[in-house]
Amino acid sequence: MTRVLHVENLRISFPDAGQGRVYPVDGVSFTLERGKTLALVGESGCGKSLTSLALLQLVPEPGRIEEGSAIRLGDADVLALRGESLRRIRGRRIGMIFQDPMTSLNPVFTVRDQIAEGVRAHFEVSKAEARRRALGLLQEVGIPEARLEAYPHQLSGGMRQRVMIAIALSAEPEILVADEPTTALDVTVQAQILEVLDRLRDSRGMAVLLITHDLGIVAGRADRVAVMYAGQIVEEAPTDRLFARPSHPYTQGLFASVPRITGPVERLSPIGGSVPPPGAWPSGCRFRPRCPQAFEKSETMPPLLPLGPDHRMRCWLAEDAARSNVHA
Amino acid sequence: MSLLQVRELVKHYQSTGLFRTAAPPVRAVEGVSFDVGQGETLGLVGESGCGKSSVGRTILRLQEPTAGSAVFEGVDLFSLDRAALRKMRRRMQIIFQDPYSSLNPRMTVGAAVAEGIEIHRLATGKNVGRRVAALLEEVGLDPAHARRYPHEFSGGQRQRIGIARALAVEPSFIVCDEPVSSLDVSVQAQVLNLLADLQRDRGLSYLFIAHDLAVVRQIARRVAVMYLGRIVEQGPTEALLREPRHPYTVALLSAVPEPDPTRQRSRIVLGGDLPSPSDPPPGCPFHPRCFHPRRDQRCRTEVPLLRQVGATFAACHYAESTSFSEGGVSAITAANPATSHLG
Repeated sequence: MTRVLHVENLRISFPDAGQGRVYPVDGVSFTLERGKTLALVGESGCGKSLTSLALLQLVPEPGRIEEGSAIRLGDADVLALRGESLRRIRGRRIGMIFQDPMTSLNPVFTVRDQIAEGVRAHFEVSKAEARRRALGLLQEVGIPEARLEAYPHQLSGGMRQRVMIAIALSAEPEILVADEPTTALDVTVQAQILEVLDRLRDSRGMAVLLITHDLGIVAGRADRVAVMYAGQIVEEAPTDRLFARPSHPYTQGLFASVPRITGPVERLSPIGGSVPPPGAWPSGCRFRPRCPQAFEKSETMPPLLPLGPDHRMRCWLAEDAARSNVHA
Repeated sequence: MSLLQVRELVKHYQSTGLFRTAAPPVRAVEGVSFDVGQGETLGLVGESGCGKSSVGRTILRLQEPTAGSAVFEGVDLFSLDRAALRKMRRRMQIIFQDPYSSLNPRMTVGAAVAEGIEIHRLATGKNVGRRVAALLEEVGLDPAHARRYPHEFSGGQRQRIGIARALAVEPSFIVCDEPVSSLDVSVQAQVLNLLADLQRDRGLSYLFIAHDLAVVRQIARRVAVMYLGRIVEQGPTEALLREPRHPYTVALLSAVPEPDPTRQRSRIVLGGDLPSPSDPPPGCPFHPRCFHPRRDQRCRTEVPLLRQVGATFAACHYAESTSFSEGGVSAITAANPATSHLG
């Protein structure tokens, strides 16, 4: 494995209504590897998007990344970078695409010019060379040549997202962060965009951080999955393992909530209640008030405990599972 | 007899272009027919711009139809005058994707739910409050929340408020327009279960509009698939998912992301974009993106009509030779270069 980026104990805080601070991201650690996709999965407010923004020091005011957090990109300590040296990382080494491409595109430039601009922002090349590279990038993401001189409003949502991907690629980043890249798109268009992302990851050997709420797009795509709840990773494992043996009660609840296209139609078993806001998280295990399997020990916060090969979860039940594995 | 019969429904939106030049109309709905039975759910599925929401809104006459008919409980909805239509709205309600934008932010939840009860004089005095409390309880909210305002609630709770508001006038039919699309999965499941319980307890009929086939399968025994203003396939949900006959249904089904990496499905990735509904292609609306091995000149000129093929009705000239396999369509070879086929 080639480790490209490592996040250790990331904590992000915001001031709350009173004098204190709340921690919507609270002790997140993960590693991105070359040519691999890590999926960060969770529902609204779990902290997954904020985590991805921290990689580029883009946490919105008045939020701040806490002391003791570390983000290492190769030899660089990302959190120590400022000014020009930070700009050389943003886009250049870590590219990013978001849910809504329309708000990130400039409405008065053609598709080709926007991508050429991206090329020139990162490389010292002539305008002609930048336009030539833009053409190559458009082909790589599957935009027909006829759309080269189109403006963003003339494009469909799927085509706009392709343009955003091309712009992100223009800097030849090592890492691509895709934050809900297909959430606003129809399913048939989603399939097109995901296919493009998979192909580029393989052809360019990029590390991909896929942020999503949709377990369906993770299956058969991500190499590893980390499930987030209330600012923490609660379970992580290789994708096949996690889908075969979802173990944290929250992960199990998520799976039981998803309607399926095959198999018998049964009544869904949703997780009761809803996610409390960051200021209202309970002591101990944060899932405790909604957990059907909560027990006495849940009143103490569990660490990420080993559960099997490369499989960990933030639940005390892992101790029993590990013990029964030993004796089995 | 069915509760609702819709026949040859057409809805065009006439837009005037820049400088008042006449622009071609947007052909949102192009001759759609279906029935909804008592206590039944019909799923109406399709992607953005296929016309599915226009169908729901036109039936309720939130928008005026261009042509066609809709008969509900024996009454021709499209010939009703304003007073009669208002009375009929008691029987037919709608819930929306975004309950927040359909709730008045300055009205308490109790007042919002009470509004319909008062307009239709279904209760007076203290009885209004009692009914509101009972409705909130029925949809899983605390009756004490009646005094609160919409912004104090989460997305899932707001959708419950929207449902309570629709139920307040005791309808027999509800158009559910993408009611769970903007909700997190765990909350989505809660709302789907609630809708199923209400249907069972109250004998409600739903027209359930959604883009997600898995969600529709959860709630509807029958489904109609729309593409560019037309129903391209219709039938019992299980049969349609097992043996899709229209190539668009096949593509839509194969694009559904399924949370199961062990199911190696053949995926069809459709090429190109949805054509504009103001300039639909001649012939079969799906022909420019079709990958059916038999597609030919006839598809480019002659609009295929819905006809029974196997267990469903499909609008494809070559529906008999559409091949499929369990959960996918590996048998179809991608003859169209615009469409890639992933093994």
